[in-house]
Amino acid sequence: MLKVGIDVGSTTMKTVALREDNTLVYSDYQRHRSQIIEKGREMLNALMENIGDEEVTISLSGSAGMGLAEAADIPFVQEVYATRTAAKTFIPDTDTIIELGGEDAKILFLKHGLEVRMNGTCAGGTGAFIDQMATLLGIGMEDMNALSEKSTEIYTIASRCGVFAKSDIQPLINQGAKTEDIASSILVAVVNQTIAGLAQGRKIEGKVVYLGGPLTFIPRLRYFFDEAIKTKGICPENSLYFVAMGSALSPSGKKMRISEVIKALESYRGKSSFIKLDPLFRNEEEYRVFRERHEKASVPIRDPRTYSGRAYLGIDAGSTTIKTCLLAENGDLLLSRYSPNNGNPVQAIHSFLSSLYEEFPAIQIASSASTGYGEDLMKAAFSLDYSLVETEAHFIGAKHFMSDVDFIIDIGGQDIKCFRIRDGVIDDIFLNEACSSGCGSFLQTFANALGKSAEDFAKLAITAESPVDLGSRCTVFMNSSVKQAQKDGASVNDISAGLAISVVKNALYKVIRTSNPEELGRRIVVQGGTFLNDAVLRAFEKELGLEVVRPQIAGLMGAYGAALYSQIMAKRNDLRESSIITKEELDSLTHNVKNIRCNGCTNHCLLTINSFGSKRKLISGNRCERPVTGKAPASADKFDLYAYKQELLESYRERKGGEKGTLGLPLALGIYELLPFYVTLFQQLGYDTVVSPFSSRELYIHGQASIPSDTVCFPAKLMHGHIQYLVDNKVDRIFIPCSSYNINEDKGNNHFNCPVVAYYGEVIKGNQDLEGIPLTLGYLSLEHPDHLAKRVSELFDVKKREARKAVDKAFEELASYRKKITEKGSEIIKESRAEHRPIIVLAGRPYHTDPEINHGIDRMIVQLGASVITEDSIAPLTDKGSFGVLNQWTYHARMYDAARYVREQKDMNLVQLVSFGCGLDAVTTDEVKDILREKDRIYTQIKIDEITNLGAVKIRMRSLFAALEMEDNDGK
Amino acid sequence: MENKVFTEEMKKDGWTIVVPNMSPVHFDIMKRIFINHGFKALLLENSSPSVIQEGLKYVHNDMCYPCLLVIGQMIDAIHRGLVDKDRCALIISQTGGGCRASNYYFLLIKALERAGLGNIPVISANLQGMNTNPGFKITFPMLVQAFTALVYGDLIMLLSNQTRPYEINKGDTDRMIAKWTDILGDCYEKNRGYFWGNMKKKLNQISDDFASIPVKRTPKVKVGVVGEIYMKYSRLGNSNLQGLLEDEDCEVMLPPMMGFVLYCFSNGIKDEEYYGGRGRYAFIMKHFGMPILSIVEKWSDEAVRRHKEFHPAATFKELEEFGERFIDRGCKMGEGWLLTAEMVELIEKGYDNIVCTQPFGCLPNHICGKGMIRPLKEAYPDSNIVPIDYDPSATKVNQENRIKLMLAVAKEKLEIETD
Repeated sequence: MLKVGIDVGSTTMKTVALREDNTLVYSDYQRHRSQIIEKGREMLNALMENIGDEEVTISLSGSAGMGLAEAADIPFVQEVYATRTAAKTFIPDTDTIIELGGEDAKILFLKHGLEVRMNGTCAGGTGAFIDQMATLLGIGMEDMNALSEKSTEIYTIASRCGVFAKSDIQPLINQGAKTEDIASSILVAVVNQTIAGLAQGRKIEGKVVYLGGPLTFIPRLRYFFDEAIKTKGICPENSLYFVAMGSALSPSGKKMRISEVIKALESYRGKSSFIKLDPLFRNEEEYRVFRERHEKASVPIRDPRTYSGRAYLGIDAGSTTIKTCLLAENGDLLLSRYSPNNGNPVQAIHSFLSSLYEEFPAIQIASSASTGYGEDLMKAAFSLDYSLVETEAHFIGAKHFMSDVDFIIDIGGQDIKCFRIRDGVIDDIFLNEACSSGCGSFLQTFANALGKSAEDFAKLAITAESPVDLGSRCTVFMNSSVKQAQKDGASVNDISAGLAISVVKNALYKVIRTSNPEELGRRIVVQGGTFLNDAVLRAFEKELGLEVVRPQIAGLMGAYGAALYSQIMAKRNDLRESSIITKEELDSLTHNVKNIRCNGCTNHCLLTINSFGSKRKLISGNRCERPVTGKAPASADKFDLYAYKQELLESYRERKGGEKGTLGLPLALGIYELLPFYVTLFQQLGYDTVVSPFSSRELYIHGQASIPSDTVCFPAKLMHGHIQYLVDNKVDRIFIPCSSYNINEDKGNNHFNCPVVAYYGEVIKGNQDLEGIPLTLGYLSLEHPDHLAKRVSELFDVKKREARKAVDKAFEELASYRKKITEKGSEIIKESRAEHRPIIVLAGRPYHTDPEINHGIDRMIVQLGASVITEDSIAPLTDKGSFGVLNQWTYHARMYDAARYVREQKDMNLVQLVSFGCGLDAVTTDEVKDILREKDRIYTQIKIDEITNLGAVKIRMRSLFAALEMEDNDGK
Repeated sequence: MENKVFTEEMKKDGWTIVVPNMSPVHFDIMKRIFINHGFKALLLENSSPSVIQEGLKYVHNDMCYPCLLVIGQMIDAIHRGLVDKDRCALIISQTGGGCRASNYYFLLIKALERAGLGNIPVISANLQGMNTNPGFKITFPMLVQAFTALVYGDLIMLLSNQTRPYEINKGDTDRMIAKWTDILGDCYEKNRGYFWGNMKKKLNQISDDFASIPVKRTPKVKVGVVGEIYMKYSRLGNSNLQGLLEDEDCEVMLPPMMGFVLYCFSNGIKDEEYYGGRGRYAFIMKHFGMPILSIVEKWSDEAVRRHKEFHPAATFKELEEFGERFIDRGCKMGEGWLLTAEMVELIEKGYDNIVCTQPFGCLPNHICGKGMIRPLKEAYPDSNIVPIDYDPSATKVNQENRIKLMLAVAKEKLEIETD
């Protein structure tokens, strides 16, 4: 009797038939586009044609297979279990299996006790991810391999989840990095994700087997895995069918004729048990009225052939698309274009300009401006007159349609931007954090997955009778929600409408974080390509319960605003002629991209240099001005308290020797603040202290394999790299302080550490190979010096009196360190005020001083012309306050106090750094915001993680400064 | 922020106190105590998806999942009219520890304000005297009753879980739970018959009663559940994990709540040892609190041991020892070292298939849950631990799939063992 196995993966379905002796006689592999029941029928029919309608034993497996198993009433085998069964049968000496599928990633350790690691709910480094990235690059998945082979440089791409990686890749594309290099970088990111996220410290060794689609189709992916785990894995024959074969081998298989299975599927009806929402439109009529209302918000269009004279060009180089608008003197829209940038925005504008010059010689570009992610690149490439931050561009555009607009929401392909306007000034900005991205392009990806164009997919939503409730959380999770809905019998129409509603809910409740839509105001302009989808627009109006304005050129608003801006500026500056390159210059324009390592300092930034002919070039990827101006950023540090702190901390890394041998201190988490204390303490006790350096990417990757929880905050993850450094340096002993309590500054109800800072040492103890180096987890607190001395004397076997002396010295050192910081803080404040520099209080925790954690945001702010001070330098300047939360963590109490101080200072603004995954910040962000809001001050929050996408941060900071400037002008 | 207080008049007027439901067995008993002390109480059972929606709407989305659920459930109940919004108060626990749970009270107030329900009083249930309300005072008799209810609840939960999968007549076990919930409720009403001598007797009777249920004991996959306390016990939190496992023909073990209480009390002793400055509290706990609690714990233990088919839970002493093998007992925020200790307990007591319920955003679990799985696996290679993430958008399919894998391995082990 033949043994039949079916594997329903997240994107593909496989069927196999095995003979009694386990030889494979039939196999089939197809994408199912989520039409699981239909596809199942089709593939079983194909199987039946091939092997005949015999009685077979049949089992089913796969992450999306439970529904089908239920429908056809065949036994379900968990897919990992199936893989293992197949491996045991076909490759019995397998030690480790790495299997990547459409949406899941797994590592199976078969030896020494079966251990299975599957990606959690928050990981996307899988087939779907590679697919998505390929789409982003405008290439097919099959090109990925060929391109990767030609790469020379690997960029760092966040590997934690697909959405993060996207926001890393986007700037690379916009900066003109080579597609070959990006392709390789994506594959390496997948490898890192799998190893860091799944292996979690367990070494991948022995005979490694690669399974699943991506690893089968992309040899380069296997190559990078081989590199990373330093072994040569094999990709067996039939590597796509292991799950299917494993389920065929299952002893619990049911004896059935194939035709019986097909029959069961034919009579299966979905249970329609998904949660239904109200339809978007009750009837045709409602939709017609809705359309008519929105058609009113339009711009007069003029045929460019009939126009001659001055025109104004706006370019919005967005993350995935590039938009252009050309306006006549009277504001008529002459030309516009909305196109994907296919990873090469320069090319897109090049073709736009040449056709403009070619076809409409009578039009003279009088002024031009660029905005968006690629504004610098555009300005440099085509020698444009102006550039402006995109938030301003959108505001200018929106004002044109509603002069008293009080809220603008823009949902584009990759990002959501919202800003509140108060008194004609952008007053509050919400950008989607790396984790809630996935907007327009998400709908697109979904439409494609279901075999529809984005437009058709949107149309389906209009007639949906009962949209599926898909929730409002991060869209990465949506894939499985959609699958579930399909399993429950939802139609494509209902899903399309459900997705549109979820995009809206995501924006409202996740990005803007409103609970009461009235908070947004009544005068709302919506824009961005995603709102051209009527379903999204309708869902938005329904959710808010009011009518909004959607300009017909919703997708072009950035470019439109930029064009208007160029006109305003031309007038203001009395610009005679635009500096934009001429037709001749355009024809001979060359564009070269080069990557080099800057050797200006120890950061060794990877620079991307775009050069356009011999005269113009754009350098990006730099953290300071040195590669651009050739000069060291001499004056910058003077206004940067973070830099000063780093300098101070660095001085404690000096080795002083000691008769008791070396003692390693990881410069991470709690030690950041207490480094002066512990270094002094241990030096006093006679240890030769070795302190790990500031974090770097390399340091992080070096330790990432032993991180057990992929959702813990980045500062905690870095601890592993620091410990690895100490291990590599073969110190005699490692010390990590553990303490429930922090310093008691008498400012709150209690003085706890956060749980991660308090006990992360336990994770190191349990998960990292220290190569025999003893680890001391010091459960110590600095609240009671006497008790501390007692504990130190016990832990380090010294006399109590000696310990007390060392403790006292350490306290002195800590006090002097803290004093230096507050003094430097007031010095910076004084000097900045003398020079009228705005002051930014970059409020975080002491470990946000680390350059790898803060990604150089402090320096970027200084480059933008402001000064940066820390929360702990001003927190002592306030008395004890009362708050709307339980104020029980020392580090966080300082942020509340800093906020209370800042709100009284006209020239200071607070920017809060929030670590992704920092649970406490869910409490503190709202409170800090409330504190500032009470006095009508702007609150800015920057979420940081592994990602190094400074571009988005820069937009936020520039918008803040633009808002401050406008406030200033109003004041005068 | 001005919070409206729950006054004595409100109590007299019969305002309803809305109580989140953490563990059905325990809280059904606790509810009786509430009523007996003159409060009208509503134990929340609403669990439709709108609970999560309300939570997402009014609570910061990065907050821990239990917080989102509890607050979402309360606001959902009000919006659905399950309780009169002008004549109700909400109660929420406040532990005062270093994790975010101590802030639930404030977050609930903030959420109510945002929902336009700022006039509803919020009562903080804590033993430290934080945020007092004149109409709601935890009196000594109430405290004693609540404590005994916890002990009874633990025993009933333990025995019922070890009986239900094997019962011959479906429903016997649940009827027995209802019977004892009534008996105990009556005792609390009369305020007698539930403590000291009577307690020991009652515990034994409970054990005998459950042992009298006709059963057929066949080898079954035994699964232990650990994790953040709300997620571990609450059906709303873990999407009825116990039901899912029992449907898969497993016996489920939930470590008793008493462990958590003892853990909380004992932490002060460790604090004094490590950090100093808490001498008085530590002295009282060490020499009076813990010993008294241990006596009660012993009664419970002995009650279970009367019947050899029942497996007692680990005593707190044992737990301390189990925990220390892997993690320092100074690790005391959230479930802290207790979570690790319970995993060791389960493995040592034959429940080596473990679901570790990890709610989204739970910080201590990074350390005591996920962070300890590797060393546990090294020490016990045969243990079969699966951490399950729970968050507002985690789909059941995904969670079930992982649980199914754990079960597939467990069943295989069981087959080898019973062969």
